[in-house]
Amino acid sequence: MTEHSDIDHVSGTSTTGHEWDGIRELNTPLPRWWVITFYLTIVWAIGYWIVYPAWPLLWSHTTGIWNYSTRAEVATELANLEKIRGDKMVALGAAPLEEIEKNPALLALARARGKTVFGDNCAPCHGSGGAGAKGYPNLNDDEWLWGGSLDQIMQTIQFGARSGHQKAHEGAMLAFGKEGVLKKDEIVTVANYVRSLSGLSTAGGYNAAAGAKIFADNCASCHGDNGKGNQELGAPNLTDKIWLYGSDEATLVETISNGRAGVMPAWVGRLDPSTIKALTVYVHSLGGGQ
Amino acid sequence: MNKTVNPTDLQLDDDGPLYAARKKVYPQSVSGTFRRTKWGLMAFCLGVYYLLPFVRWNRGLGAPDQAVLVDLPNSRFYFFFIELWPQEVYYFTGLLIVAALTLFLMNAVGGRIWCGYLCPQTVWTDLFYAVERWVEGDRRERMRKDAAKGTITLRRAGEIALKHSIWLMIAWWTGGAWVLYFTDAPTLVWQLLTFQAPMIAYIWIGILTATTYVFAGWMREQVCVYMCPWPRIQAALTDEWALNVTYKYDRGEARTSLKKASELRALGQPVGDCIDCYQCVAVCPTGIDIRNGPQLDCIQCGLCIDACDTVMTKIGRETRLIGYDNDINIHRRQEGKPPIYRIVRPRTITYAAMIVAVGAIMLYALLTRSLLDVNVLHDRNPVAVKLSDGSIRNAYTVRLLNKRGFDRVIAIDVDGPINATLHVVGADSVTQDRPMIILARDTTTELRLLVTAPAENNPEKSVPVNFRVTDIGLGEVASATDHFVSP
Repeated sequence: MTEHSDIDHVSGTSTTGHEWDGIRELNTPLPRWWVITFYLTIVWAIGYWIVYPAWPLLWSHTTGIWNYSTRAEVATELANLEKIRGDKMVALGAAPLEEIEKNPALLALARARGKTVFGDNCAPCHGSGGAGAKGYPNLNDDEWLWGGSLDQIMQTIQFGARSGHQKAHEGAMLAFGKEGVLKKDEIVTVANYVRSLSGLSTAGGYNAAAGAKIFADNCASCHGDNGKGNQELGAPNLTDKIWLYGSDEATLVETISNGRAGVMPAWVGRLDPSTIKALTVYVHSLGGGQ
Repeated sequence: MNKTVNPTDLQLDDDGPLYAARKKVYPQSVSGTFRRTKWGLMAFCLGVYYLLPFVRWNRGLGAPDQAVLVDLPNSRFYFFFIELWPQEVYYFTGLLIVAALTLFLMNAVGGRIWCGYLCPQTVWTDLFYAVERWVEGDRRERMRKDAAKGTITLRRAGEIALKHSIWLMIAWWTGGAWVLYFTDAPTLVWQLLTFQAPMIAYIWIGILTATTYVFAGWMREQVCVYMCPWPRIQAALTDEWALNVTYKYDRGEARTSLKKASELRALGQPVGDCIDCYQCVAVCPTGIDIRNGPQLDCIQCGLCIDACDTVMTKIGRETRLIGYDNDINIHRRQEGKPPIYRIVRPRTITYAAMIVAVGAIMLYALLTRSLLDVNVLHDRNPVAVKLSDGSIRNAYTVRLLNKRGFDRVIAIDVDGPINATLHVVGADSVTQDRPMIILARDTTTELRLLVTAPAENNPEKSVPVNFRVTDIGLGEVASATDHFVSP
């Protein structure tokens, strides 16, 4: 090796003995700590292959020796989350409905939980903010077909309306035209009468007395003598400014002729009790409830 | 065969090749004005750092009583009478501006004061050197012991063990003091002693112990020379009037030995005060020769001034051959003019004025900041709701902030041209038609507000409404404006 120990006079460092076009290479090896670190990374990498799932095989992959997988990791994380949430949700489940709104911590939890559950389950019909759509009630207003108290809202969420559940709200708008109970001109007359109940304009030449009579004979049993509705039957108040399907004459004729029977699904069994409670409080707080 | 070159012909300066291995620096002990100043500043800086977490400050029942506390879990920063919330981090921006300006001012007045006296790297390295000197002896002794590393004795092994143990103890306490700023210090000290502290505390103590030990014990001047960006910046900030540690070559050259100098003097030959004793090099913690002029490696600690003064006193010559001076004065002396020093000049006045201005703005902002605050967010979906009687209701999410250290009773009002009524979901009570909320101390509370305008007041387009929150007890008021819209 003596021929390699040529000393470079400028730096005082030995050269490797390699020379290209008069340029010689100094023998300045990497610092030892650097080299050791490099070897350690190799050892680490080999260890990694063995310990963790690393190599793709034809139909599968090496599984490592600790059975580690990111999937299991996520499952554990989710379980932990459920556990953390669990205690709080138990507290929510144990509290009486009226107490939840009085307790800022529970109210915040119920609104947060309710909002996500609402977005997942209720938004397709009622809209993400609960604003509703034609045929789907706006949950932000003060008109409640089946009642807007906390208990009533929870009842509706649990069992739905015309959902097929035993305890569901029943009662549908009859199809007076289709069933032949009322004739076409009678329907138009009573539709104008209903419009007049909430102060809307009526068609020219319409007979108010006839309308009132038709209403008293056919409609008052559900909607009440004065058209104020009946929450027991889910019969809407016809004297207010809110119309689920629309208030113009054509829509009312359609409603009276063919009836309405919108369905609200039952959520009991699909959502756990404390989640339904959270949803109840959330919906109640949307419109202030009753 | 290559032509042989005498290495000394090529190495005109001591820069050497860039890939040269580090030459270990063995600073010699020294005494004098600047050494004493450095001891004093070290004691002050370390004293503040180590003891500040134990200073108490009464903030009332239930609030932390630590004077300086970074409360990460609760997102609060406490500094004596100041309590900052996360949204007030701009005070730190102000603090950074003041710090930068102070650095500029320091540079304009006295060069790299920060590097030489106050930088943590300087302070801890100095402390570690003191330990090393105490255990292993002064410069020559240490050099001799390191040179004889092949023949290690039991005594030498004991010395090395003792030095590293003390270093590690200092490093451990440095890391320990750091975590005390993040939680109640006495509690954490007790938890650390009984091994019940949270894992994160041990991890951070470990990290800072390791960095302190490695930086101050092993890397020392290399941190300043190779790692730190400050020398580049600070060196660029000094100007011709800044007082930098300067070798007065006008007085020192030509250098020659003491004996030769007296012979030459007797012959009436020109000779300088520098006797080439290399004391300034021996004491330098970065191992440079200040006589080569201002350089990046120089942290301007002034220890070479002390060393040179000692020698000058010994040989009966005037002190401050090396001293705080500027280039202008060297040239003035060479021209036979008296030196001039100018601390007060446009640059320093500007920096000082800017520091005062930024400080005043920060203080004003701090003293006039609101301790009750309200933020309003209008519901987007739906923006407005028609109620059964034809009135319009808008919903808002309101966030109330109570920055005071006690619970307060807050009344909420809404003002606007629509004669609206207000309902707060979960209001604690309603008194005289005003919803009341109990706002817990030092918290934010989110509320849902329903604002209803009667049918006859329905606005045709959006109208501004003002949300006003009033502290019933103190009369403090905060308000926020949003809009009320019709469907």
